[in-house]
Amino acid sequence: MNKNTERLYNGIIKENPTFVLMLGMCPTLAVTTSAVNGLGMGLSTTVVLVLSNLLISLFRKVIPGGVRMPAFIVIVASLVTMVEFIMKAYTPALASQLGVYIPLIVVNCIILGRAESYASKNQPVSSIFDGIGMGLGFTFGLTCIGIVREILGAGQIFGAQILSLEWFTPITIFVMAPGAFLVLAVLVAIMNIVRDKMEAKGKPLAAPSGCITGDCASCGMSSTCTGKSTNSASAAKSE
Amino acid sequence: MKTLLLIAIASAIVNNVVLSQFLGICPFLGVSKKTETAAGMGGAVIFVITIASFVTALIYKFVLTPLDIQYLQTIVFILVIAALVQFVEMFLKKSIPSLYESLGVYLPLITTNCAVLGVALNNVTKEYNILESVVNGFATAVGFFIAIVIMAGLREKIEYNDIPKPFQGTAIVLITACLMSIAFMGFSGMI
Repeated sequence: MNKNTERLYNGIIKENPTFVLMLGMCPTLAVTTSAVNGLGMGLSTTVVLVLSNLLISLFRKVIPGGVRMPAFIVIVASLVTMVEFIMKAYTPALASQLGVYIPLIVVNCIILGRAESYASKNQPVSSIFDGIGMGLGFTFGLTCIGIVREILGAGQIFGAQILSLEWFTPITIFVMAPGAFLVLAVLVAIMNIVRDKMEAKGKPLAAPSGCITGDCASCGMSSTCTGKSTNSASAAKSE
Repeated sequence: MKTLLLIAIASAIVNNVVLSQFLGICPFLGVSKKTETAAGMGGAVIFVITIASFVTALIYKFVLTPLDIQYLQTIVFILVIAALVQFVEMFLKKSIPSLYESLGVYLPLITTNCAVLGVALNNVTKEYNILESVVNGFATAVGFFIAIVIMAGLREKIEYNDIPKPFQGTAIVLITACLMSIAFMGFSGMI
């Protein structure tokens, strides 16, 4: 497998941001009320991720280490603003559905995480493929969760009624806020079982990182953030 | 006055920032193991979001609007928030060391908290004036405080229970969040 296909495989399957790494939980919970919303959010994040990986990789030797994070944030925020305008112009219905979560792509930990851990250390071409892989993995994850919630909550897939309302009563709570937490909880539990099985087989999965673990070390901002030791510091204080 | 009260109740309870808008999930899951830590985090969030709403509303009204560059809001807001948190941290360290003692460690964590940016952007979308923005920011943060403290209290109890193995850790926390979210849905008839 050459390096670029390896990057795609890595992003979509091996280190899938939704299922394996459990990154970007805010948008995952918020916009997966339907498959279309999940797909739209995933694709817009992919566009931002690919372009930000490319730009950061191109500028990686120019940006001084000390102001790395602010520089990355400016690049990502500019890209997000552009994507937001394009969506408002061409897909106004989707843009109003996703609302404030489009500008919030800026603080999505996948993007700064990839910038920090991959794009700032690698060639532009492989960074692009890394962005495509991670982005499609995220899109895949969001769409899957969206499909599950849409089927259970409305009996539809991509807006088409597949479960007849004559015998199926939609469990509306799945398309509302609590359903998001419930679906994610079951997903985490399933992944815990899969993780144990894979470990028993001797093929351990990559550990989840980001906010879901409650551990800051793997967060994209960890290099500039000085609050890393919060849990240990406050533990020491309360003793 | 009535509008302000409505904004406050809507943001703090009815549209709870964590449980119905899903902003600030990271600290909600990460820093909710102990009630004391959760309260510290909640306090820091109230402090930062209130100041950030005020400053971003000022900047929007007196810098972005006159220059007709509202479209730069995302970039400007995130930079302002990041810089603001640094300033607040330095100021507290120098001037009010006792407050810094209790909130200091949480401040840097908040820079990238999506709730802060989310509130600033919501203030603009809903066309709040400066006073309304500050009230909205404060109330949203109080909503965060309520949610994270309740969650920490529940988690302290959950620890002693016999949870099925796959659900141990984050999964049971998310189930708890789901139940809390259902409870908070009950408030939606209030307004």
